[in-house]
Amino acid sequence: MSGRGISSSPGMREVSHKARASSADARSPAAGVRAPAPSVPEAPPAVRPPSPNGPGGADGTRAELATIGRRMRKVDGFAKASGRARYTDDIQLAGMLHGKILRSPHPHARIVAIDTSRAAELPGVHAVVTGRDMPVTYGIIPWTPDEYPLCVDKVRYVGDGVAAVAAVDEDTAIAALDLIEVTYEELPAYLDPHEAIEAAAGPYIHAPRKPGHNGNITKVVELAFGDVEGGLADADLVVEGDYFFEGTTHTPIEPHCAIGLAEPNGKLTVWSATQVPHYLHRELARVLDVDPALVRVVQPPVGGAFGGKSEPFDLEFCVAKLAMMTGRPVKILYTREEVFYSHRGRHPFHMRYRTGATKEGMLTSVDADIVLDGGAYASFGLVTTYYSGQLLTAPYQMPAYRFHSTRAYTNKPACGPKRGHGSVQPRFAFEVQLDRIAEALAIDPIELRRRNFIGSDTRTVNDLRVTSNGFLECLEAVERASDWKRKFGRLPYGRGVGVAGSTYITGTNYPVYPNEMPQSGIQLQVDRSGRVAVFSGASEIGQGVDSMVTYIVAEELGVPLEHIRVLAGDTDFTPVDLGAYSSRVTFMLGNACIDAARRIKAMVQEAVAEEWGTKPRAVLLAGGLAVMAGDTGTAMPLREAFNLAEAKYGTLGATGSYNTPKDVHGSYRGATIGASPAYSFTAHVAEVEVDAETGFVTVEKIWIAHDCGRALNPVLVEGQMEGSAYMGFAEALMEEQIFKTADQGRAGLHNAPSLLDYRIPTSLDTPALESLIIESIDPEGPYGAKEAGEGPLHPSIPAIANAIYDAVGVRMNALPFSPPRVWRAIRAAGKGRAG
Amino acid sequence: MEVVRLRVNGDERVCGVPSHYTLLETLRYGLGLTGSKQGCDKGDCGACTVIVDGRAVLSCITPVWEAEGKDVRTVEGLASGTVPHPVQDEFDLNGAAQCGFCTPGILCSSVALLDRNSSPTREEIRTALAGNLCRCTGYEKIYDAVEAAAERLGG
Repeated sequence: MSGRGISSSPGMREVSHKARASSADARSPAAGVRAPAPSVPEAPPAVRPPSPNGPGGADGTRAELATIGRRMRKVDGFAKASGRARYTDDIQLAGMLHGKILRSPHPHARIVAIDTSRAAELPGVHAVVTGRDMPVTYGIIPWTPDEYPLCVDKVRYVGDGVAAVAAVDEDTAIAALDLIEVTYEELPAYLDPHEAIEAAAGPYIHAPRKPGHNGNITKVVELAFGDVEGGLADADLVVEGDYFFEGTTHTPIEPHCAIGLAEPNGKLTVWSATQVPHYLHRELARVLDVDPALVRVVQPPVGGAFGGKSEPFDLEFCVAKLAMMTGRPVKILYTREEVFYSHRGRHPFHMRYRTGATKEGMLTSVDADIVLDGGAYASFGLVTTYYSGQLLTAPYQMPAYRFHSTRAYTNKPACGPKRGHGSVQPRFAFEVQLDRIAEALAIDPIELRRRNFIGSDTRTVNDLRVTSNGFLECLEAVERASDWKRKFGRLPYGRGVGVAGSTYITGTNYPVYPNEMPQSGIQLQVDRSGRVAVFSGASEIGQGVDSMVTYIVAEELGVPLEHIRVLAGDTDFTPVDLGAYSSRVTFMLGNACIDAARRIKAMVQEAVAEEWGTKPRAVLLAGGLAVMAGDTGTAMPLREAFNLAEAKYGTLGATGSYNTPKDVHGSYRGATIGASPAYSFTAHVAEVEVDAETGFVTVEKIWIAHDCGRALNPVLVEGQMEGSAYMGFAEALMEEQIFKTADQGRAGLHNAPSLLDYRIPTSLDTPALESLIIESIDPEGPYGAKEAGEGPLHPSIPAIANAIYDAVGVRMNALPFSPPRVWRAIRAAGKGRAG
Repeated sequence: MEVVRLRVNGDERVCGVPSHYTLLETLRYGLGLTGSKQGCDKGDCGACTVIVDGRAVLSCITPVWEAEGKDVRTVEGLASGTVPHPVQDEFDLNGAAQCGFCTPGILCSSVALLDRNSSPTREEIRTALAGNLCRCTGYEKIYDAVEAAAERLGG
């Protein structure tokens, strides 16, 4: 436990979502009338010890937080509940043209010729582009640029874009696509990553980077820490297992959409449903050869992303190019089928694990071999390949660890980051391994995990710095809430419970392109009316970032929530934030926001202190007032306090920024990937009912305990926990992003590119979810906060797998746990009704 | 291009649309009522749900001609003047809208439910919302919001 006492149990609290009834407090007295005021918290926030570290650590000077920690409305909640929120496709510009992209019918082929002349002549068509109009490669990771906005000489998956048109309306654009003639020379297609790796002599999906390189391999990472073989040899028990995690995709309900507008003065504006406006800004300027100072990216509210909108896509380049060619605004909206083909989702992983343990259940060594099926392009794959190993080293200590991961190209849509990027798959395998160890040693699976707890304020075997760690409290919370001790191993045949744990990063320690500038910036501006404007570069994708900065400004300056306005995600006006990915925003932008707010606060305190003839620190800003400490009779409205400060300092505003500490990882090659300023921790218990006759698994309930550091608004944290657990459940039982082979029709064709056939869960499929918030108060997080958006997905899948074992005695080592798979496993194990 | 007459949120509206337009396309691109969303093009996701003569209907697979002469209610028409419908307010209070893209459709399905069943059980709510996919919330907070709204409506 922490020597500083920051993450020790006595200071930690568990907040049950049962307390949600208190949300009624947020209602105005008159029923039915919207109350803008926040709710009253269900309990006074716990007092925290002061933090010696970090800009945004728990503030020891404040006995109680006024806003942070309450159950509050989101700032955009009513806009979204009234239809007023304007998403990208809701924007209609005068004279706007509609674009469509022609896509490859072949999984792998050379483009011999493209004839666009007939399409260009169709009445109503204003422009046609092909890859040759934008012959610059790009890639979200600067070291692996391997794709073009539209294919130039080769297509690499069914659905790869080859040409685009802009026409007066959608119907004309679709008709024009039919008139484009593309001559292809088909090439052998690789649908299996092992086949791609074994084809060392080619043909290759991408040109080899140097002589002798297999162009079907995108990245190999092998890292070893400690004495791996020695640890396995010394173990009392070595468990070996092969696992397969099927690919899945994000399926936000909003399809990708972008609008381009080029002006005669050279300015280019792109509105896009992206979660990375800054990276999109950079790539648009570079690929289209436009001065970045003339490029503006605007990110309207995004209707879900989950990692699926975190790099540039063909439509963004196409609307920009077509707008530049026509002088007209151009919109492209993906069809749902195109969303499935654009993908960038969860990589299929083929995994082999060897895990050694002593007879007391202490891990001695972990060894992993992983093949990642990357699809046609690199995307974030370099990072995924590292994450496949790097993020497994907590919350359990392991004295020795090795992983060997190979990412192969295949002729399928590229895989990339989906919620829990790269670490959901190994976590599934590893937590099932732990369950097997517990069973073999007759140790309760929760107890086994407790024994191996890595602790707080420590380093992992791969030298990642861990600060706060509430994992033990997570285990305890799910153990108690699920009535584990009464249920585990004791429920009737067909019914079972399973547990799993996990950790996840709170932001990546480094941006995708190396630079020394802040990861997150924010600007505040105070108006004479008392209003505070927040200029935030971060991307609101539903997770609540615009609300988060509002709560922080209210907390620091004492301004009522309704006096705070947020302008976000507009590269012309907002400072750079790197984007909504890797669970980085609350921690990084939150700290930047505290930084800016405290600069303004200092000026206001100074000005008011001068007026009152007291010391600045005696001036408190709270509840819309400036108040003298110890003398509540001396007070003035905040507006007057702001005006005094403006008179003294000039226009009142401040910027704030956050950059990561650099001492949080080792110095070996790759050590920075997986490094994060803080880690979240999660434990789940799942309870299932398995019908042995049909193999149908019903997940009755998932208990989710998550250490988010501090819940800035518990309503939002619970929403992230429940949404994560739901998405993990969906991957465990229902979803598969799979493609047909030549025998099944056409090679590389998506098996089911629609929401119902792909089978994302409906309300009737989704289990009951119970959130148990654990607050470990991170020393460097804003008010102690860490992430909540991705960590709570991880344990769903292994917890369900382990629950199936408890129910019917079969190990599910391949996803999804669909009725045919479970039924076959039960039959193969001879564990029918008699078992 | 043909002329279509609709009664939307109490207003008599006339607009010209291509003859193959759906009710959703007419609302969004003909009348500028962009609250109803297009998520899938084919009736899978429910983001386009509106209320037609009291029933929750998938506007993306409803030819606009079928809505002529009927009473169409969209998310823009749920509030009473400046007072939000209790379901809208409870969605806000309970964090039932994250990205908000499925929200207009779910609100319409919820209002249609509450109009015919003022005190639904959680199971009845689950069933009524089975045609509306939400990818963010895991549905829990949506059920909470609908239950709380029912309570406020005196069900």
